[in-house]
Amino acid sequence: MVTQPIDPKESTRARGVASATTPHLDVLESEAIHILREVAAAFENPVLLYSIGKDSSVILHLMRKAFFPGKPPIPLLHIDSTWEFREMTDFRERYARQALGLRVIVKISEEGRQTGVNPFDYGSNAYTEVMRTQPLKEALTENGFDAAIGGGRRDEERSRAKERVFSFRDRSHRWDPRNQRPELWNIYNTWRRTGECLRVFPLSNWTELDVWQYIAREQVPLPDLYLAKPRPVVKRGGDLIVVDDERMRLEDGERPEVRSVRFRTLGCYPVTGAIESEASTIEQVVQELVETRNSERQGRAIDRDEACAMERKKREGYF
Amino acid sequence: MTSITTPTTRNDLAVKPVEKGLLRFIACGSVDDGKSTLIGRLMLDAGAVYSDQLVSLQVESEKHGTNGGEIDTALLLDGLEDEQQQGITIDVAYRYFATKKRKFIIADTPGHEQFTRNMATGASNVDLAILLVDATKGVLTQTKRHAFIVSLLGIKHVVLAVNKMDLVDYDEGTFETICQEFKRFAAKLEITDLRFVPLSARHGENVAEPSAKMLWHADGSLLHQLETVYTGSDRNLRDFRFPVQWVNRPDETFRGFSGTIASGGIRAGEEIVALPSGKRSRVRSIVTMDGPLEEATAPKSVTLTLEDEIDVTRGDMICRPGNQPHVSRSGEAMLVWMSEQPLQLGRPLWFKNVAGRAICEVESLRYEIDVNSLHRTHAQKLGLNAIGRCSMSFHEPVVYDAYDRNRKTGAFILVDRITHETLAAGMFLEHDMSGESGEGPASFLPARKIKSQVAPELRSQRYGHEPFTVLLTGLPASGKTTIAKQLEQRLFDLGAIGMFIDGEAMRQGISKGLGFSTEERSENLRRGAEVAKLLNDSGQFCIAAFCAPEEAMRQKFVEIVGSHHVVHVHLDASVAACRARDTTGRYVAADNGQIEGFPGVDVIYQKPPAPDYTIATEDRIDVEELAGKVFAPFCRRTNVVANLSEIVFREDSI
Repeated sequence: MVTQPIDPKESTRARGVASATTPHLDVLESEAIHILREVAAAFENPVLLYSIGKDSSVILHLMRKAFFPGKPPIPLLHIDSTWEFREMTDFRERYARQALGLRVIVKISEEGRQTGVNPFDYGSNAYTEVMRTQPLKEALTENGFDAAIGGGRRDEERSRAKERVFSFRDRSHRWDPRNQRPELWNIYNTWRRTGECLRVFPLSNWTELDVWQYIAREQVPLPDLYLAKPRPVVKRGGDLIVVDDERMRLEDGERPEVRSVRFRTLGCYPVTGAIESEASTIEQVVQELVETRNSERQGRAIDRDEACAMERKKREGYF
Repeated sequence: MTSITTPTTRNDLAVKPVEKGLLRFIACGSVDDGKSTLIGRLMLDAGAVYSDQLVSLQVESEKHGTNGGEIDTALLLDGLEDEQQQGITIDVAYRYFATKKRKFIIADTPGHEQFTRNMATGASNVDLAILLVDATKGVLTQTKRHAFIVSLLGIKHVVLAVNKMDLVDYDEGTFETICQEFKRFAAKLEITDLRFVPLSARHGENVAEPSAKMLWHADGSLLHQLETVYTGSDRNLRDFRFPVQWVNRPDETFRGFSGTIASGGIRAGEEIVALPSGKRSRVRSIVTMDGPLEEATAPKSVTLTLEDEIDVTRGDMICRPGNQPHVSRSGEAMLVWMSEQPLQLGRPLWFKNVAGRAICEVESLRYEIDVNSLHRTHAQKLGLNAIGRCSMSFHEPVVYDAYDRNRKTGAFILVDRITHETLAAGMFLEHDMSGESGEGPASFLPARKIKSQVAPELRSQRYGHEPFTVLLTGLPASGKTTIAKQLEQRLFDLGAIGMFIDGEAMRQGISKGLGFSTEERSENLRRGAEVAKLLNDSGQFCIAAFCAPEEAMRQKFVEIVGSHHVVHVHLDASVAACRARDTTGRYVAADNGQIEGFPGVDVIYQKPPAPDYTIATEDRIDVEELAGKVFAPFCRRTNVVANLSEIVFREDSI
């Protein structure tokens, strides 16, 4: 439940006047707000791809800042794979829809649901294609969105390093790394034809640590899954998988045990590895991150299933 | 049960690193200079590589590495499948790392043949450039091209990183030779802060930590330079510029203008003007979700509300009435052409800058810069990666500053209206007053300036030097004419075009009829200045020898000719010495009252308080030596006589 009413007027932390060198979080915040306003102004029908993870939570917060005192004029789109942690969908309803009163579009792959596509039988590749990539493309086309804002950061994965802030997609939502628009200064080429779409990444220049420090500074509301807590887990292929509901299929010899774990990244629970951690406050998470020697995506099976998996998925339209 | 985590306290230790500064830099190097190795090494040594990434790096180094099984840090960067498998390079990638002092964003650009476009893209957003040089090869044409583009894009801080010092036995002499050669070249560019670091990226010497193998280098490692370089003064704090990005109007009670402050700052209550309309109002409040601000400065994104209901829309620029940018339907600009389809003059294109967009046409191409020689050439079109100076016209008034005054408001892009391809990056040059001034508040009728059809740059190119004036002043018989004639002869011998004038020459024609009163002397000098200016406008040099006893007269002279073009040399000798060597009898005539108002006799000669150069001619006039002395300073004033210095030193320009 929301522990604190979301009343923007309550906040009194007015920081504005920069000294000789503006702190980097202020620079990143200002840059992201600029990008979000550019999207609202230059596009007719933009949308925020809202995955309920920490990055889209930060963007949501930045959107509130960008259009304050108005409400963000951009709706949220959640591609619901049906295999999210229950807590995430609860959070979506309680925070984004109810507390902020935003328009939230939820898209589920009907085909996938009817066929019963799941991460256990279909492998992460086919599963992601049916439950995430396809419905995303469908939702963009159905709604005629001409810009889709996402939480991608260039530090996440090697192929992301070359992604533009305003990343052009053709009518089939494909990304062509050889046909990217040069990005000069902060002047973005936002022109597109009907059916074409740009994906926009306001957090491009942020690192995972920046995101967490910003969450701590701004008190950005997040699902509890990011904080350590005893949860039932099984160890599978080197990853700790949380048993979130009765649909979790246990393999021979697997018995859930309770460990103190949390997530660095959230996705579909059967394919998202948790990390053992005692960090139960945001400050402890930031501290843990400062000390960790492992990358954020070590728990993401989807990145590893073959070399350059992410790039291939992106070309096919994955976010 | 679901809960939403809201942190309650701020942990100082964890939150402390938040207050770091941010440095954006570009790394430029040719294919084999070791750029990837260096960036990979910086990230590795700064602790930006996680251990699972390190494990894969080790595996990959053994498989593909070129470092004999040791870690090959270049492999950290080759991100894309296509790049790995097909060897193609896609332009700019961005890398991130942080130390205790700063967060860094690296614009990583490939050094391939598409370098101009890629480098311009990477360089457009950075504060500093690392130019990588291979110690075994020294300064190459490629290094100079990189330096030129870096300078063109307005980057003030440059670090020349001399890599592969391990291959030259960490030899200080080799490093020094390279530094000196680069310094000579860089003097022609607008680089204000130039640093040098010797290093070995492969072995990590002097990258993050000072190297024990190069104790002779006292300026610290590359990372130390990156952590300590001061970029705060690069920001334009003078000129308040607020491009309106979004009109925030959630309901009838609120109307605000949202945008990112491009430069300068504003306080609540201050008077503002909205351009291009020229309508004035005051800032009522600076609105943010964190509460109202008393003042805000760049680069903050804020929302302004105004006292009056004036009409302001996206694309307008809010400024202070006393400090306004240009509002014009025309402009002069440098273009970096980024498209396979060449520039076509007169074709309507989209223009977009920090404020807004407009339809524009490139009217004429004044010249193209050959990035290999830095020479200006006459060109009919710009092709991919070409750089040229153009005249542009806009279908509606556009608000802008010159790029060298303001990187944010002086930059723009051009976009094809059909394909939507980004065609060019543009940088405005200082406003040309002969252009139409638009309907902004600057729309007074400017005095019509007679503009030559031939661009000054084309003249310079033909004559091999830029026009300039040497003003020689001093007492009668201090040696002005003697020296002036020598200078004229020498410049002529070097192939420069121009001539010498002095007070007497003026009086034979243009100033015929003028006497020797203070007013008439002053008028003679003014006419001399106009002649010098005409000579300069025609692309020629002018050596002007005038007594000019009053400082006000000299200042007037400099003002008429234009301070960029004038070098003032004062010939310093006492009245006694001048009198003693005077063979024309003028001092005697003045003593006898035959000439009135003679400087040094019956009017005071004011010594120039701040000439560019002073040459003592008390004892003797060694013309040879003095001519040399005047030349030497010239050659250092490269912004005036860059090409001349090449002639003087007979130095290959690149």
